[in-house]
Amino acid sequence: MIRIDFNRLRFLLIDDNAHMRRILRTLLHGFGSREVYEAEDGAAGLEAFTHNIPDIVITDWAMPIFDGLELTQMIRQPGANANPFVPIIMLTGHSEKKRVMAARDCGVTEFLVKPISANALYQRVLTVVVNPRPFIKTKTFFGPDRRRLVNPNYVGVERRKGTAKAEIIPQQALLERVKISE
Amino acid sequence: MTSGRRGGRKTGKPDAPKVTNFGDHAVIVPKNLLRKAWARNSAEGLPDPVADAERALAALSGEFAGWMDSECERLDTARKAVRAKGFDAETRQALYHAAHDIKGEAATFGFPRAATAAASLCRLIERTTDTRRIPLTLVDQHVDAVRAIVREHGTTRAEIVADALTARLREIVDAFLKSENGGRLPDDDEVLSPPTVPRADGP
Repeated sequence: MIRIDFNRLRFLLIDDNAHMRRILRTLLHGFGSREVYEAEDGAAGLEAFTHNIPDIVITDWAMPIFDGLELTQMIRQPGANANPFVPIIMLTGHSEKKRVMAARDCGVTEFLVKPISANALYQRVLTVVVNPRPFIKTKTFFGPDRRRLVNPNYVGVERRKGTAKAEIIPQQALLERVKISE
Repeated sequence: MTSGRRGGRKTGKPDAPKVTNFGDHAVIVPKNLLRKAWARNSAEGLPDPVADAERALAALSGEFAGWMDSECERLDTARKAVRAKGFDAETRQALYHAAHDIKGEAATFGFPRAATAAASLCRLIERTTDTRRIPLTLVDQHVDAVRAIVREHGTTRAEIVADALTARLREIVDAFLKSENGGRLPDDDEVLSPPTVPRADGP
């Protein structure tokens, strides 16, 4: 079984609402984290990301200057910063499916809808630490693989070209992920 | 199709990601830098981190009522700006943002019914193509409902009244949105936060 030593992880919280930042900080400290940095808008968040090089970013969607999606796109610029692969957990009150898809298409790693709970946040962090997904780079996308599961029975049109070797990409079965988290 | 490493062998950087190129895309497997946080020793006898975090949040809960009051004041201020200037990009954004924050936070603060009323206001603003057509009375009813639910929280029958109030707000918003959309209700596509693992009691 794998536990997470939160004391070895550096977090960056980006949310324009001070109350939500306080709640997130409290939860992360409760998990055992000690290095938790904060920013109150997208621009300050990008600055803090560059300066502090966090292991995990937790960001709101709706923020002044530029929002969580724009921030994600700026971080997911290969070569533009120290770690374009950093896990980004989007924590937001937006709960529509189209929003989830838009966040995914911008390169968000995990999506978490408010209201927040300690368990939901812990599960998202556990997922990005224990089961990181490979990244996909195309002409229009750079981010975590949007295909979370391999469906061996899929018979539709294959949208990715030249994927003959794609099957070798390790994808841990959901059942295995459950066993790890138990 | 080509495949192989980029950078790693040539530069000698141990953290270089493994890149496999395909016809129209590349699959990149970066080194898992977070593996440093794996602790493989037994969790037996160690405190449950989720329970610890919940206790920490409970210790903070004494501040929630005051935070909720300040969020209500912010919503009221935004409402007054809409009343004074009408809906423009700035006033719309301020009102929507204030309601959206309450929608996301109120349940955590212990006011889930205020979150429902605020969510109704968000839905009204989001789903109306021209917000200038929203009757200001409807905005007032939502803001006053949120404030009343918070103010009366914990009193006798407060939950029953709040449920009836939010249900009625939903009906009124539905009627307005239908009238604005030729009798059709715009699609609601609400989803719950996607679970990363199945529930333990699930199928």
